[in-house]
Amino acid sequence: MNDKPNSSRLALLALAIMPLILLALTGAWIISSDPLRVFDSGAPPVEKLIFERLFLDENGINMKVRAEGSEPMTIAQIQVDDAYWRFTQTPSGSLPRLATANIVIPFPWVVGDAHTVVVVTNTGVTFERTIEVAVQTQSGSVGNLRAQATVGSFVGILPVMIGMLFFPLLMRLSANSMKFVLSLTLGMLAFLLMDVLEDAFELARATAPAFQGSAMVVLVAAIVCLGLVAFGRRNGAPTGLALATFIAFGIGVHNFGEGLAIGAAIATGATGLGAFLILGFAIHNVTEGVAIIAPVIRKKPNIPIFIALALLAGAPAIPGIWLGSYAIEPHWAALALSIGAGAILQVLWEVGALTLRGAGGFQKNLDWVFLGGFTFGVVFMFLTGILIKF
Amino acid sequence: MKRFFDKITNRRDLLKGGAALASGTALAGLGASQTAVASTPYTDTIDPANPHPSMQSMGSLGDMVTVGDVGMDINGFDVSELLTDWETGSVEIDDDGQVTRTFHVDAEDRNIEIAPGVIFPAWTYNGRVPGPTLRATEGDRLRIVFRNFGSHPHSMHFHGIHGASMDGINGSGLIGPGEEFIYEFDAKPFGCHLYHCHAFPLRAHMHKGMYGAFIVDPAPEKHPENNAVALSRKLGTPENQEWQEFIMVMNAFDTNFDGANEFYAINTVAHHYMKHPIKVDRARPIRVYLVNATEFDPINSFHLHANFFNYYDHGTTLTPTSQIVDTIMQCQAQRGILEFSFKDHEVGQYMFHAHQSEFAELGWMSVFDVQDSEG
Repeated sequence: MNDKPNSSRLALLALAIMPLILLALTGAWIISSDPLRVFDSGAPPVEKLIFERLFLDENGINMKVRAEGSEPMTIAQIQVDDAYWRFTQTPSGSLPRLATANIVIPFPWVVGDAHTVVVVTNTGVTFERTIEVAVQTQSGSVGNLRAQATVGSFVGILPVMIGMLFFPLLMRLSANSMKFVLSLTLGMLAFLLMDVLEDAFELARATAPAFQGSAMVVLVAAIVCLGLVAFGRRNGAPTGLALATFIAFGIGVHNFGEGLAIGAAIATGATGLGAFLILGFAIHNVTEGVAIIAPVIRKKPNIPIFIALALLAGAPAIPGIWLGSYAIEPHWAALALSIGAGAILQVLWEVGALTLRGAGGFQKNLDWVFLGGFTFGVVFMFLTGILIKF
Repeated sequence: MKRFFDKITNRRDLLKGGAALASGTALAGLGASQTAVASTPYTDTIDPANPHPSMQSMGSLGDMVTVGDVGMDINGFDVSELLTDWETGSVEIDDDGQVTRTFHVDAEDRNIEIAPGVIFPAWTYNGRVPGPTLRATEGDRLRIVFRNFGSHPHSMHFHGIHGASMDGINGSGLIGPGEEFIYEFDAKPFGCHLYHCHAFPLRAHMHKGMYGAFIVDPAPEKHPENNAVALSRKLGTPENQEWQEFIMVMNAFDTNFDGANEFYAINTVAHHYMKHPIKVDRARPIRVYLVNATEFDPINSFHLHANFFNYYDHGTTLTPTSQIVDTIMQCQAQRGILEFSFKDHEVGQYMFHAHQSEFAELGWMSVFDVQDSEG
């Protein structure tokens, strides 16, 4: 009796392994016989170099590059502004596929100028990266981190809290007005979803092709969304405080993305936009406070819960700025934004369900109040977006 | 296991950040031929009055130079020796005293290291870029036996005086792979000339490396009015041996095929004569045969530091065409002779370079190391 499950388990194992053995044999045959050899035209190997990070400091220009050649690549020389410069590469030597190296060029960059770095490989192929506006990259000193945290609070936490101050007003609204507010939240979240996806795709394009960035953005967002839906519904569809928490989380990841953008603006010298940009983000984000409290209007939560929600939604802007100003690699930023997209998608799903599946069902609930609120949310985000898009 | 630990330590270095990387001890990459990168002091904090402290310790070029050095491993020739490598051919003299000079030149495809670590798939004459410096005397009968071992049709088109059948264009000396042609003409006019491949597309054959200097020394007996000058120009005379003569072919390479050059130099290798200064004896005059074989850029130039020179455009006169100048420019295929002396200068390093800053900083920068002879 005991033998049977054992043997069937062995049989299963064999069934699983057999195709793998066949694959291994095929692989061995391909490598040993090299069937593509007849197509060898003598063309040089494909070379590709991705600039993942670039920052400027007192040592000159610092870069992290990733090789993506079909064969190991060798960086032979580096030009800055049409002149060859010494450089140090760590680790030294040729770079196998997907390997990274840090490069320091002792170049006397000029504050406010544009500079162009050209990497020349041993085959003479060139890869160019432009520094639009040269500025000292913020060092990770306590003072800098604190200043950046302040900026993060202004664009993240503060506007969300201000938005929450609409709570007493919302409390006095009729059922229809409440529906308008929830629809507005949906419109706003839909806008944020598009926004965060666009940023994620843009970052994904800057990553090494081997990372298959665009596909990963979509799939990570989908997995995160489904995971959050499954998690949120383990005790039935989330409403009230649970839903508010999910909205705050989704908005929080989105604000992390906005923090990255602001940090990158600081790092690449776009801080000339400065106060205006920060004010724009603040106004843009006030609606987020309204969105978070919309599901809990009838619950009358206490002040600490408000604060916790505001922090969950707003505080991620601070680490976002820290990482963004330190020139985070594009694949990590794309991953973070994909998670944000998934989180917002889940919130859209749940708030949509709450708004549209109420009494009377989908047909009845998709009315002018809903459409008006949704459109108002999109238009508000669009108009305030004008302040922050450059 | 060891590789795993290597990774750990690298990772740790990486985490230490830019400061550790720039300490000057970091490796310069690119293997054994690499020269060590000079250590430059740095500080953690930036002094606003001196934001780039590392620039204070500059040598003649400091950090603005190609990394590494080009040896003979790949090229098979020493770029420093090209300066004085005159190819005079084999000489026969008939009963009337007529000199016939025979040169052998082979076209071949060959990889050339044009800057440290940068390999250029060149088309060459005799396996080098620039091709051999052919040197004859005015009135010599020249025979150039040209064989094409390359993968494309090639020719030798001489800038000189010759018949149509010897012009090195289609139908007169342009030969396919595996073929041979003998160019025959008299060496005239005297001067500093060049030859290059005239197969089409011309641009490709030029920038791939098919050019070289062609120098015709004046025959002193034909120039009684300037006999001393002619004697000093003719290779091998006692008067000529007083001079320090150099051939410098200004050239450049487009390594990424975008129609613009990535590397500039004289005699091919970027920055070579910065890293290996040209030693000259302060007491003796200097004569430079300068040829512009740069493709893509309409002009190139030569500027000498701290000194002035006389210039003989095309080298076809025995009196200078420009006197007391320190900068001249040449269009594509233009050439000339520069004469100058450091006799009254202090010893030391005297730069010369293209005065298009871009060309200079992309490699066409060199230096004379002026010293007193030991004798």
